[in-house]
Amino acid sequence: MKEVAQQLINGLSLGSVYALIALGYTMVYGIVKLINFAHGDILMVGAYSGYYVLNTFGVSPLTMVIAFGVSMVVCAVLGIIIEKTCYKPLRNSPKITALITAIGVSIVIENGARVLPFMGPNPRQFPTFKSVSRVYGGVSISNVQFLVFGVTFFLMVALYYIVNHTKMGKAMRAVSYDMKAALLMGINANRVISFTFALGAVLAAAAGVLFASSYPSIDPLMGFMPGLKAFVAAVLGGIGSIPGAVVGGLILGVAETLTKGFISSQLADAVSFGILILILVIKPTGILGKNTREKV
Amino acid sequence: MNKKRLFNPIILLAVSIITFVIIAAMMFTGVIDEYNGQLLTLAGIYIIISLSLNLITGFTGQLVLGMAGFMSVGAYTTAICIMRLNIPIFFALIIGGLVTSIFGIMIGFPTLRLRGDYLAVTTLGFGEIIRVIMINLGGLTGGASGLKKIPVFYDTDDFILYEVIRFGWVFGFLILTIVVVSNLIKSSPGRAIISIREDEIASNSMGINVAYYKMLSFTVASFLAGIGGGLYAIFSGYLNPTTFGFMYSVNFVVIVVLGGLGSITGTIISGIAFTFIQECLRVFEDFRLVIFGLALIIIMLFWPRGLMSMKEFSIVTFAKKAIAGEYSVKKIIEKCSVRIQAWKKKREVK
Repeated sequence: MKEVAQQLINGLSLGSVYALIALGYTMVYGIVKLINFAHGDILMVGAYSGYYVLNTFGVSPLTMVIAFGVSMVVCAVLGIIIEKTCYKPLRNSPKITALITAIGVSIVIENGARVLPFMGPNPRQFPTFKSVSRVYGGVSISNVQFLVFGVTFFLMVALYYIVNHTKMGKAMRAVSYDMKAALLMGINANRVISFTFALGAVLAAAAGVLFASSYPSIDPLMGFMPGLKAFVAAVLGGIGSIPGAVVGGLILGVAETLTKGFISSQLADAVSFGILILILVIKPTGILGKNTREKV
Repeated sequence: MNKKRLFNPIILLAVSIITFVIIAAMMFTGVIDEYNGQLLTLAGIYIIISLSLNLITGFTGQLVLGMAGFMSVGAYTTAICIMRLNIPIFFALIIGGLVTSIFGIMIGFPTLRLRGDYLAVTTLGFGEIIRVIMINLGGLTGGASGLKKIPVFYDTDDFILYEVIRFGWVFGFLILTIVVVSNLIKSSPGRAIISIREDEIASNSMGINVAYYKMLSFTVASFLAGIGGGLYAIFSGYLNPTTFGFMYSVNFVVIVVLGGLGSITGTIISGIAFTFIQECLRVFEDFRLVIFGLALIIIMLFWPRGLMSMKEFSIVTFAKKAIAGEYSVKKIIEKCSVRIQAWKKKREVK
């Protein structure tokens, strides 16, 4: 029983990182109906930005905050640049074209990082807090896990506030509901879309630093698998739905760690994808997805 | 009517035999060296799989991101049939195709309920699950270390002869694939399949059995992809589950979209171009994939509907016109002069 609880904690910690990444996927999808395959690579860029800050200034709570800040700013700028140069010209072309472009962007970022002299293809050790675990009723929680939970909780509350209680959030909801009508109401859709990409990138940057702190080895391809898993999480929860992304991320993280802990670590991926297929076959729009009927 | 039915296949057969003879001659004389010959064969395999993907994505309108999964099922089944059961290559390929089409039906079922991106991610998941299963079925598939020593097409010491024979197998199946896909599209079920792509609800209300035709398209496509996978297994002689990852599936989506969704000719052109460009970029060493990605973005930005969009180039029509003298020098000059006059008139009006 204790072991189950332990794995649950580990799963929730992994799941909250997935949830942060999935939020970026789901917000972008909700607004421009695009699967942003480069999202996982933004996570990688975030992790590297954090790495440079922590490597230069050493690890302390203050530098950690700076690392988060710097990586968020870098990724937000990167997200906006990608959106403006690659996705904006394709807003009215077929969906699959934009999808291929997104894959192209992902290939460029991954391999660009491999050839950049200061990044390089080799994995690096990510400097982070010394792991100290505390035991609560037989279940140990490390300080890094506390960091993961704390940052995730803070960011989600902030996101909730931005989406539901600010003017920009209202504009985001309006554009995702009906872009044409929003334009007629005088909402600057381009600005809203850029803002959404930046917001998603900020969350991915935080997820990158957290992911690198939990699994302290970073390399240019590190974003691929978490990105794919988070995309699955977003679809699982119902893509386009913000609470859905959180639920999907947590389910996927818990399922993955439980499979790794009790069945077989090789089967972990198969189980998470199996859950996805099962849920989609039962409920085709994901757990919290809206069931829109197509009208003729 | 009868004459036409006889005439078209004869032209097709003649053209494909001539093409094969020319390429074989070039291989024997060394114009196409071993390396390029191998690339050409690989391009043929890629085209077979991309054509099957085009049938699902381009003609039926269902985005599939798990083509490598289909391919690996075909590859492993064929390899195991040949190695364990000593089945002749041709029948092993057919069995590979049949087993893959069973998987195709399994993946086809969710498509009856799912749409668009949900379907794409489900097929992605299926591809990954198949890969994990291949790794864990160690006794049969060789597990993570892969399946080695798959027999060759034909046992010979002559490298060039083997190269030609290998190309012949792939080329033969490529022609069959093209015939199957293009005839299916032109037939009545094919029209129904295209109508599903255009508007599912409308075609449903016109009395088209959407579920049946979707499944038909999935079954045929997965059969072809399975055969492509089987050819790949014998071609490379070694199979490893890690090859058939997500990025491998993406290759086929890229080929289909670059060629133009719903264009068979486009897929063939871009399949060859894709294989060779990837190899040409090796000159740039580490920058290879960066340039490849940039090229992908730029092509999509400026050519969003692919090379051929939905147009086709028919060899049979071309040959018929050539025989009828449509492409004689006199006719071409006539056509050009007509164009030039029309252009001049346009300018005068302005």
